[in-house]
Amino acid sequence: MEFLLHLIKAFVVGGLFCVLAQILIDKTMLTPARILVLYVSAGVLLTAVGLYKPLVDFAGCGATTPLTGFGYSLAEGVRKAVDEKGLIGALTGGFTGASGGIAAAITFGYLFALLFRSHPKK
Amino acid sequence: MNKKAYGEYVKARMPKSPLLKDCAFAFLVGGLICSLAESLLHLYLYWKIPEETAKTLVPVTLVFVSALLTGLGVFDDIAKFAGAGTLVPITGFANAVAAPAIENKSEGLIMGVGAKMFTIAGPVIVYGTLCSVVYGVIYWIVGLF
Amino acid sequence: MRLIRLENPPTILGSAAVGSKKEFEGPLGADLDLHDETGTFGMDTWEKSESEMQRIVLNLALAKAKCETAELDAIFAGDLLNQCVGSAYGLLSFGKPFFGLYGACSTFAEAAILGSMLVSAGYFHKVATVSSSHFCSAERQFRFPLEYGGQRTPTAQWTATAAGSFILGKEGEGPYITEVMAGRIIDGGIKDANNMGAAMAPAAIDTLLAYFEESGNSPDTFDRILTGDLGREGVLITLELMKREGYDLTRVYNDCGLLLFGGKSQDVHCGGSGCGCSASVISGHIMKRFHSGEFHDVLYLATGALMNADSTKQGSSIPGIAHLVHISSHK
Repeated sequence: MEFLLHLIKAFVVGGLFCVLAQILIDKTMLTPARILVLYVSAGVLLTAVGLYKPLVDFAGCGATTPLTGFGYSLAEGVRKAVDEKGLIGALTGGFTGASGGIAAAITFGYLFALLFRSHPKK
Repeated sequence: MNKKAYGEYVKARMPKSPLLKDCAFAFLVGGLICSLAESLLHLYLYWKIPEETAKTLVPVTLVFVSALLTGLGVFDDIAKFAGAGTLVPITGFANAVAAPAIENKSEGLIMGVGAKMFTIAGPVIVYGTLCSVVYGVIYWIVGLF
Repeated sequence: MRLIRLENPPTILGSAAVGSKKEFEGPLGADLDLHDETGTFGMDTWEKSESEMQRIVLNLALAKAKCETAELDAIFAGDLLNQCVGSAYGLLSFGKPFFGLYGACSTFAEAAILGSMLVSAGYFHKVATVSSSHFCSAERQFRFPLEYGGQRTPTAQWTATAAGSFILGKEGEGPYITEVMAGRIIDGGIKDANNMGAAMAPAAIDTLLAYFEESGNSPDTFDRILTGDLGREGVLITLELMKREGYDLTRVYNDCGLLLFGGKSQDVHCGGSGCGCSASVISGHIMKRFHSGEFHDVLYLATGALMNADSTKQGSSIPGIAHLVHISSHK
């Protein structure tokens, strides 16, 4: 039962992040690239002011999976590293937090580039 | 008709994107991806994988699946309907890395795949990193007092 | 005067059109001389596929015109790729004097204008015109990688994977190219690269108005007035603004981008585009109607958007151009 509640929370919060972006795409001249930059930056900012952590606690993957969550892991990584190592942590912490996603994207992107070629769209 | 009048004329008559339909698909697909992520997390925890590792493994799994679907030529067919629903979750980031990598293989593994891999996803890394560094510096300064 | 009445109207000795699966499945599929199911035309990169398409379409046009390669005096050709490599590699093996042209989607008419003027003037006896576009190579260059998951806006157009070719000769039985008019670069101030129809419509209107004024002809002179390729949005704008100028084109007007694809089911939004789009429609569908006697006079008005991927990022507006060619069954 508790599992189902987790799923619903993740669904609703994650879905709402997507709807907000869709409205921006349809209603403004913002390109998808700008919206993603906006999202990752907003994720860092919201984490910095302490608003994003409560959302992650509430919605779990519904908050960590959207790109704002990418900003969250960058900011969290930086915060932990500054606590441990001081100022240098501002440079080293971000990638520690987000390294899994980035390295995976590079590795699998490269792998499938070797295996496939692009298809004409239908 | 001058340029300004023509621009306004064109803008006024331009067909609009079907906002309601787009948003419904974005909500549905985006929500599904996030609840899939949540299920994966529970599955990994159920398999007794340590929590920190499991939390990293979830986005890694999503990235793997998205890159695979990109390679198979299926991702763009889903994204056509899902819009922001596949763009905003980490699936969109993975697609943005894998798609140029696959597309530019024709220019070679170094200058094609290697150099072009981040032509779309690059800005996300750049601005995410910059923001986090600024945050780190401010956080350090605040911590001094 | 911008209008040129050709003194010795050249004959269109033969023409050919090729496409890929999507074009073949469209309403004009039967008018293609050849199509390739995969769109690769047997090549390993999309750019080479486009070049191969040009090589094939010129060979087909030569065969249909019963013209030997040796008889050709020159080739006028272009495509959308950077530095026109589609034409350069595709036409390399013919070993003929080559004029590489860029007029964006208006290239086929630009080639026909220059080719027919030089034949009429007597410098050349037989020339070929070729132009092509390939959806996959154009997406790569102008937009996103093919596998990138994005949504198209409702005004977006679909670059046709197609090519067309004319063989023009000094002698022969019609149809003829009787009048030509080169377009001017017209900037309507549109900056939205997803609304090319609106960006090019002012150029189409500029050329059409100049033509009707200088020629004394009215829209009723023609069986069809065809723009290529304004798409649905550009067509509606052109119809409405021409009406305001006192010309009702409703009966005769259509657009190659609308003709090539079959509306909603093919999901091309506003219609086709690319220099292969109108080239293949004119070389295939329209020329067949001339040969069957259905059409006697067609005004072909090819429109192009003169921009590149960087100019729109720099915030420049998108100027358009519209080249006019009058094809007639009588001199």
